[in-house]
Amino acid sequence: MSSELIKFGQGNEACAEGAFKAGARFYAGYPITPSSEIAEIASRRLPQLGGIYLQMEDELGSMAAIIGASASGVKSFTATSGPGFSLMQENLGVAIIGEVPCVVIDVQRSGPSTGLATKPAQADIMQARWGTHGDHAIVVLYPSTVQECFDLTVEAFNIAEMLRSPVILLTDEVVGHMREKFIIRDQVKVIDRKKPTGPVEKYLPYQPDEDGIPPMAAFGDKYRMRITSSTHGPDGFTNSNPVNARQMIERLYKKIMDRADEITYIKEYMVDDADILIVACGYTARVAKAAVKQLRNEGIKAGLFHPLTIWPFPEKQLKKAALDAEKILVPEMNLGQLVYEVERILKEKEVFGLHKSNGQPLFVREIVDKVKEVAK
Amino acid sequence: MAFQVEDYLREDKLPHIWCAGCGHGITVRALVEALAGLQIDPTSVVVTTGIGCFGKADDYLNTHCFHGTHGRALAFATGIKVVKPELTVFALMGDGDSVTIGGNHLIHAARRNVDITAIVANNQNYGMTGGQLSATTPEGSRTTTSVYGTAEPEMDLCSLVAAAGASFVARGTVYHVTQLQKIIQDAIQHKGFSFVEVVTMCPTYFGRYNWNQTLIERMNWLKENAVSKARYDKLPPEKKESAFMIGKLVEKDTEDFNTKYQRILQKAQNQG
Ligand SMILES: Cc1ncc(C[n+]2csc(CCOP(=O)(O)OP(=O)(O)O)c2C)c(N)n1
Ligand code: SF4
Repeated sequence: MSSELIKFGQGNEACAEGAFKAGARFYAGYPITPSSEIAEIASRRLPQLGGIYLQMEDELGSMAAIIGASASGVKSFTATSGPGFSLMQENLGVAIIGEVPCVVIDVQRSGPSTGLATKPAQADIMQARWGTHGDHAIVVLYPSTVQECFDLTVEAFNIAEMLRSPVILLTDEVVGHMREKFIIRDQVKVIDRKKPTGPVEKYLPYQPDEDGIPPMAAFGDKYRMRITSSTHGPDGFTNSNPVNARQMIERLYKKIMDRADEITYIKEYMVDDADILIVACGYTARVAKAAVKQLRNEGIKAGLFHPLTIWPFPEKQLKKAALDAEKILVPEMNLGQLVYEVERILKEKEVFGLHKSNGQPLFVREIVDKVKEVAK
Repeated sequence: MAFQVEDYLREDKLPHIWCAGCGHGITVRALVEALAGLQIDPTSVVVTTGIGCFGKADDYLNTHCFHGTHGRALAFATGIKVVKPELTVFALMGDGDSVTIGGNHLIHAARRNVDITAIVANNQNYGMTGGQLSATTPEGSRTTTSVYGTAEPEMDLCSLVAAAGASFVARGTVYHVTQLQKIIQDAIQHKGFSFVEVVTMCPTYFGRYNWNQTLIERMNWLKENAVSKARYDKLPPEKKESAFMIGKLVEKDTEDFNTKYQRILQKAQNQG
């Protein structure tokens, strides 16, 4: 008998439930609209599950605390919005170089800075990719429905555990706050990090297996665990040898990029015969889908390519979907971020952007009008 | 199986990188002596560090280690200790680390009372980056970013942490090593957040620009100026200017965060 729970709730709620289902038992955060519901739910639900909720003094500390808890063997997450996400960038780098799995949810709002404090935007697409300094790869998932919030949060934890890496779950104010039916699935696939098995004296915290990923001991295990923010050798000690530095940085990059296909989720709608292909994610993908329907009714062959994994960007998949399209339109709630990635991938196509950055979501009509304009 | 001092050290990583006359080695020695004294299993110890000369301390320790970012050691340590209360968790920080960039984490760690032992090596400047001004640089002192002397008064670490609610606050020096070991032992055994300030020295920078003394003379200066609270209270006002208190300054019985959180867990689970 299935004990699936059908709920009517917010994207933020579904993210929190997805995290618990994936096994998260530690949350540290600092409240910020439009993400605060995740903190509130975590503070209520985690103690019921035997987990811990901590409200930290700021987002620097929140990010640090989830890394510390995860390094101690407990799946951990935090949630924030633009201003807090900026503060998290410092220690996000620690999770990357220190290879500590964790999930960071950024419910995007309009900036820069305090901006339009509670209004939606998609202007952290590049912050999610490049916000922390230094060379790195990162996985960013972006749901567009409440159910996807649940499913992709579970997936974010699984990818984090599988790749020993932080994963960012990007949403936006609309997706975070809208209410829809969603299912708290009973059976989900849960992946746990690889643990060391060999002799204790031989354990090196950063010695990768063939898949490029080192087994991870937890603080308190018999294996001596070292986590470091410095460029290091397999033993976890600082190592400034250029050959080693290159190997380390490349391994961290490749462990993600080489497995991009495995972690890529996309949705396509009427792309096969599309003359004009819309590329959109998050809330904008929903609007774009409605626009495609309307355009098709009017006899215009539009289609939608909707990446749920936005970093690494599904390059191959986009090329395939865009094969026969003449024109590409990238609508987004910002002054132009994803559009440049699409231009880079589809150099030979005509790529247009539709950008809106005033605290309002894009409307179906705006996309329909733009498609008609560029289709001429 | 008795643990020796060597069991806590990575002897293969020695000699350390610190300058001749630096106090950081003395502090690390006091820490490992304290651990050996208490016979704590090194695999149940996690040492978090920040960035700085003292932040290199984890390189020489054979415990679990977390080498984090500048100023954040306590925030990492908080995440570790709340989910693994059975471990002995340290945050080793410089003065720049602990109070200048990391002051917010410091006061909140003191308030939150998670059972972490914080050890701050206060050498009155930023050693690692070339002797710049810190929040603990005494007013008027010269540093590489205050060549005319600083106009900013220094922060008294112990008073700050005590005011923030810490249940264990103590100060030692790198001259009074036996006392320092004992203080660290007591700090480890204290349930709740414990704070140990170690007055130490950076002869390479702060010393060069400010002392008119040899290293030996500076050690003697520490010996004369660091006094117990009882002696400090009796000092004539003119002597109080350079003197400072050492020993335990605050020690009170409190419930630590994890103990209180247990009750929250129970409440949440009973209410369903
Ligand atoms: C965010 C950030 N800002 C600045 C630095 C540069 N930095 C490294 S160590 C340090 C100061 C170290 O001083 P302290 O903590 O007193 O330790 P000491 O070197 O004196 O032992 C600074 C400013 C850094 N690593 N990170
Ligand atoms: S620069 Fe100062 S603090 Fe750093 S190792 Fe040398 S003496 Fe010690």
